[in-house]
Amino acid sequence: MSGRIADLKAVMLSLLLFALFLGAWHLAVTGSGTAANVDPEYARLMGAAAMQGTSAMPGPVDIAVRLADLLAHPFYDRGPNDKGIGIQLAYSLGRVLLGFGLAVTLAIPLGFVIGTSPLLHKALDPFIQILKPISPLAWMPLALYTIRDSGKSAIFVIFICSVWPLLLNTAFGVASVRREWLNVARTLEVSRLRLAFRVILPAAAPTIMTGLRISIGIAWLVIVAAEMLVGGTGIGYFVWNQWNNLSIADVIIAILLIGLVGMALDQILGWIGRRLGYQE
Amino acid sequence: MALFGKPACSCGVGHAGLVCAPGDDPVDTAVVRAVFGGTPSRRRMLRALGTGTAMAALSQVFPLAAAREAFAQAPGPLEKKAVKIGFIPITCATPIIMAEPMGFYARQGLEAEVIKTAGWAIIRDKSINKEYDAAHMLAPMPIAISIGAGSNPVPWTVPAIENINGQAITLATKHKDRRDPKDWKGFKLAVPFDYSMHNYLLRYYLAEHGIDPDQDVQIRAVPPPEMVANLRAENIDGFLGPDPMNQRAVYDGVGFIHILSKDIWDGHPCCAFGASREFVTGAPNTFHALLRAIVEATGYASRAENRKQIAEAIAPPNYLNQPQTVLEQILTGTFADGLGKIQRVPDRVNFAPYPWESFAIWILTQMKRWGQVKTDIDYAAIARQVFLATDAGNAMEKAGMARPVGTTKTFVIMGKTFDPATPEAYLNSFPIRRG
Repeated sequence: MSGRIADLKAVMLSLLLFALFLGAWHLAVTGSGTAANVDPEYARLMGAAAMQGTSAMPGPVDIAVRLADLLAHPFYDRGPNDKGIGIQLAYSLGRVLLGFGLAVTLAIPLGFVIGTSPLLHKALDPFIQILKPISPLAWMPLALYTIRDSGKSAIFVIFICSVWPLLLNTAFGVASVRREWLNVARTLEVSRLRLAFRVILPAAAPTIMTGLRISIGIAWLVIVAAEMLVGGTGIGYFVWNQWNNLSIADVIIAILLIGLVGMALDQILGWIGRRLGYQE
Repeated sequence: MALFGKPACSCGVGHAGLVCAPGDDPVDTAVVRAVFGGTPSRRRMLRALGTGTAMAALSQVFPLAAAREAFAQAPGPLEKKAVKIGFIPITCATPIIMAEPMGFYARQGLEAEVIKTAGWAIIRDKSINKEYDAAHMLAPMPIAISIGAGSNPVPWTVPAIENINGQAITLATKHKDRRDPKDWKGFKLAVPFDYSMHNYLLRYYLAEHGIDPDQDVQIRAVPPPEMVANLRAENIDGFLGPDPMNQRAVYDGVGFIHILSKDIWDGHPCCAFGASREFVTGAPNTFHALLRAIVEATGYASRAENRKQIAEAIAPPNYLNQPQTVLEQILTGTFADGLGKIQRVPDRVNFAPYPWESFAIWILTQMKRWGQVKTDIDYAAIARQVFLATDAGNAMEKAGMARPVGTTKTFVIMGKTFDPATPEAYLNSFPIRRG
C-alpha cells in the first residue's frame, strides 16, 4: 500500500517538474515583441525573428502545433527527399535492426568462445579495447570508401559500433559461470554441446541481456549520426533536412521521437531479459 | 575500378599518360580502322607516321570533325531511362533541381530522380561509387577528382556549368562597421569545401587586400547548412558561401551581405553538372539526353521573367526546403542586405551552361597557388579533358541558344586580367601564394 502511494507521489513530482519546465521554456522564448521601426517593404523581405524581436527558438506551443501536423500524416511520400515522419522512423528502425542483428550473430558466438578461453580473452582484449571507443563518424569515410554503397555503409557503422559491448558482456558472462556448476556437469559427464546450451548459456543469459540492451542503445545513437552523414532517408536525415531550413521546431520534435523510440527499444529488451532471468 | 588505380586518361580508353593523343579518340580510331582496314597495317602506319600526323593527314581527305559531330549527336535509344542525380540544397543547383518538377528531364524521355545529399565529400563518394549517374558539384571538384587531388584519380567531366555569380561574403551583424578587409586579421571565415570557387574567390579577395589567407585569418570548410547556425553561435565571423545561406543569414537577422561575389569577378562560374567519363562514353545517348535537359533548364533559368516561378518550384521540402521569399530575393535580385537597405541587382545570380576551358585553367592556377597541386601540370590539356565545351555547345545549339565562339576567353578579376594562354605567368604575378 505504501509502495503505491510512493509511486503516485513520484508520478505527481514528474508531472510537476515537466509543467515547470514547459512554463519556464514558454516564458524564456516569449520575446519583447517590439517591432523594429523600418521600411515596410524591407520588413516584408525579412523573417519574423529578425523583425519582431521574437526569439528564433520555438516555444512549447509551436512544438505541439507542429507535432500534431506531422503526426496527422505520418506516411506521406512526396518524392525521394520528402517523406512522412513515420516512414523516416521505419527506415531508421530497419537499419538499426539489420546492423544490430549482424552484431548479435557475430558477438554472441564469438563472445562465447572468448569467455571459455582465458588465453583468447587476453590475446584479443587489446584489440577490442582500441576498437570500442571509436565514434561512428570516424568509421563513415572508411566505410564509404571501401564498401562503396552508402546504405550498406550505414549498416556497417551500426554493426561496428554496437558489437563491442555485446561481445565483452557475453565473454564476461560466460567466464563467470560458477565453478561448482561446471564441476557438477563434468562429474555427470555432460557432452560439451549440452554443457554450453543447458548450463553456460542460461547462467550467462542475464549478462548477455545487459549487453544486448547496451548494444541496441548504441545502435540507436549511431543511426542518427550515420543518417545525417549519408542522407536520403531516416530520422537522422529528417533532422539534417530541417536543420538545413533552420527549423528548430522540427529538430526538437525529432529529438523527442528519437528519445521515445530509444526508450521503447530498451524496454522491449528489458522485458525479454526479465522473462529469461532466473532465481537461484 | 581498382581501389588504387594508376592515373588514367579521362577518355576511358586504356593507354599510358593522363591525356589522349588525338588518335586515341574512339571516333578517330574507328575512322582510321575504316580507312586502313586490318589492324597490322594500321599499327604499321601509325608507327611510321605518329598518330597525330596520321590524323592530320587523314583529316585532309575525311571530314573527321563532322564524324565526331555525327557520333556525338547520333540519336539513339536511351541506354537507361531511370537516372539518379545528386544535389546539395543550394540555389546553385537550380537548373538540376527545377528540371525535375518542371519536366525538363521527362521531355528527354528520362525518369530522373534528384536526390538531396548531405555534403560535398559525400556527393563525391556517392558519385565515384556509382550510386549517382551524375551530380551537382562545385566546378573545381571534377578537376580535383580527375587529377587525384583529395581523392583517387577518376576521370571526371563537366558537361555544363550551372550558375555564374550568385555567391556572397556574409559577415556577422556585429562586424557591420568593419567593412575593410584589412581589419579582418584574426577572423574565422568559412567556405563550403576546400575545392570550391568560394575558397579560391575568398582567398583571392583577401590576398588582393594584403591579407594572407593562411597566416592572418582562419579559413575552414563548413557545409552550407551549418553556416548560418555557426554564424549565430559566433563560431565564425563570416563566410563566402552559396545562396540561400547568405540571404538566410539576413532573413534570420544573424548577418549582413558584405559583398556579392559578382563584385569580385563578374561572371565567375560556381557550380557544375558533373559526370564520370565512364558514364559519358558508356551511355552516350542517356548522357546527351541528360545534357540537353540541363542546358534547356539552365537557359530557362537565365531569363529573369521565369525566376519567380522557379523559386516556387524549388522551395518545397523535397527540394531546397526554404522559405519562398528567401529564394525569390536571391533569384530576382531584389533583396534585403541586412543593413536596412533594399538592393536591386538583377544579375546577382545567373545561369549559363557553357563550360569555358579558361574557367578550368583559372581554377588550376588557384589550386597551384594555394598548394593543392604541387607538380607541373598541362593546364590546357586538363581543361580540355574535363570541361566538355564541344558537347555543351552542341546541346546549346540544339536548344536554340547562341553557341559561344571558341572555348577560351580572357576575363578580369578585381581589375587584374587573366589570359588562359599564360597560366604560369599569371600564377607568378601574385605576391601572396604558397610554394
